[in-house]
Amino acid sequence: MSHHLVVRVIAKFLIPFIMLFGLYVQFHGDFGPGGGFQAGVIFASAFILYALVFGVETARKVVPDWVVRTGIALGGLIFGGTGIVSLLKGGNYLDYSALKADPVAGQHIGILVIELGVGITVASVMTAIFFAFAGRQRKG
Amino acid sequence: MIASVHFPILQIVLPLLLAPVCVLLRGARLAWFTALTASWGAFGIAVALLYDVLAGGPVSYAVGGWNAPWGIELRVDAANAFVLTIVAGIGAVVMIFARKSVEHEIGDSRAYLFYSAYLLCLAGLLGVTVTGDAFNLFVFLEISSLSSYVLISLGKDRRALYAAYQYLILGTIGATFYLIGVGLLYQVTGTLNMMDLAQRIGGQEDLRGVHVAFAFLTVGISLKLALFPLHFWLPNAYAYAPSAVTGFMAATATKVSVYVLLRVFFTIFGVDFSFGQMPLGEILMILAVAAMFAASTVAIFQNDVKRMLAYSSVAQIGYIVLGIGMASVTGVQAGVLHLFNHALIKGGLFLAMGCIAYSIGSTHIRDLGGLGKRMPWTAAAFVAGGFGLIGIPMTAGFVSKWYLVLAALEQGWWWIAVLILLSSLLAVLYVWKVVERMYFQPAGGTGETVERAEAPLGLLIPTWILIVASIWFGIDTRLSAGAALEAAKTLLGAG
Repeated sequence: MSHHLVVRVIAKFLIPFIMLFGLYVQFHGDFGPGGGFQAGVIFASAFILYALVFGVETARKVVPDWVVRTGIALGGLIFGGTGIVSLLKGGNYLDYSALKADPVAGQHIGILVIELGVGITVASVMTAIFFAFAGRQRKG
Repeated sequence: MIASVHFPILQIVLPLLLAPVCVLLRGARLAWFTALTASWGAFGIAVALLYDVLAGGPVSYAVGGWNAPWGIELRVDAANAFVLTIVAGIGAVVMIFARKSVEHEIGDSRAYLFYSAYLLCLAGLLGVTVTGDAFNLFVFLEISSLSSYVLISLGKDRRALYAAYQYLILGTIGATFYLIGVGLLYQVTGTLNMMDLAQRIGGQEDLRGVHVAFAFLTVGISLKLALFPLHFWLPNAYAYAPSAVTGFMAATATKVSVYVLLRVFFTIFGVDFSFGQMPLGEILMILAVAAMFAASTVAIFQNDVKRMLAYSSVAQIGYIVLGIGMASVTGVQAGVLHLFNHALIKGGLFLAMGCIAYSIGSTHIRDLGGLGKRMPWTAAAFVAGGFGLIGIPMTAGFVSKWYLVLAALEQGWWWIAVLILLSSLLAVLYVWKVVERMYFQPAGGTGETVERAEAPLGLLIPTWILIVASIWFGIDTRLSAGAALEAAKTLLGAG
């Protein structure tokens, strides 16, 4: 689609805003509608739009396979690791109240961190699924 | 450091969190070592939990600090501690086996993905077993199922993909039925915690919602545990999966589903409802007997030994379900005991098949000629495991069939006892078919000298660990039969 000038310009213009909106949904998730899953999908859709307009190969240069793979694993580890931290701080697994001296602040930090993990994993998985389908002819 | 009160959650978290670590490490060796640490760690925790529970009664854990009816509760009593031990134990032993086998069948470049999926599957199975929350059970069931579809599709044969797809469709139907059942129960009772469910269903047994939920749960779980005639996904899945996966899944996945069956019928619905008001006992026993005969007969005519053993698994699940269907303490004890013993026997047999696949490259019966000379240790392992399958005295299979016959006689159903013995004769036929080929027929039909082609120690040792265990628990039944009795008493509420 790279010969469509209007599409290219608009996509370039929109992508930063999509990403920004993704971050908003991510970090505003504990006050309003949103959270890691939705944010991850929105964030990944920015990459997918980029790949649709500028080609899958170009997109792969921006986010190489190893980044996607690391992202998938890292998000899970952040989520589970939060649980381990609360264990080490004397609470039960995933008991966010144990994360800080003030239980409310602990709950706040806990949900923010695990949602970040969810966001990273979802964004990476979405990108990976898109690449897997888009790159089907590549390997034959 | 971390106190033993956290064991129930660590049981799941250890393999669950080391799975992504395998992906990050990437190297085949490093990933294997990580997976080995995780699976043996999980086994250690499971044994510790079993001792805790047998000595001090049920252990409960509130995830996230949210207490029982509201939050997710992990609850370990005699029944699931026993299942945890066998699942984690098989998971740990198969992991030793996996290194050589995976290197050979999957290749180093994709090995880290295998180990990661294996750990996820293990975490899912342990999670299903340890949880005390009906919905949480569904989540873990999906974790283990999704990763097992991946594991099966890694098989060398292209038909592995088809087998994985078939399992995916049927497995998803099973899981969906389970979810519909849980949803209906939630509608009736407003709770998902198993203990709470059990209390709240009491007095509402006449509601149609409860009946429909019961039906959905029965069919869904029966699909997952491959109860005849819902077993069609199993033979293909076991036959074409990589050897290590077949060994692991045959010994754990269906067993955990049997545990779910026990939990739902005995703990949630209660014996009086499941077996008194509902005709579950009759249905289970008829299907179990049909499985014992039909699947064993089909097994006799299989030419691929892996496939033959898979059909034999369907038959053995029949024995387990038969015991459960009797709904007496001895019957359930026999069922749970056979669950344990069959896991060891079938795990050992499939690992022996893995050794053969490694050295000969085939598990087809025509390629097994002269194996008694070429791979004496592997062939001996197969014979010892086969004896267990038939139920010859001094093997684990004998002990569980003995309890099964006792349970049948206790009810006065002598004809069931006769059927058990008759169906064991069918096992003699299919085991003998392989043994004859291995020991009394030359390799490839030609008279040329055969060279020794024994499997490497990395494969033989784990195979023999399971085989020796199956003989050990055939002679010293204090631990296995004792724990199974405790489990049966807990489930029937008599303990």
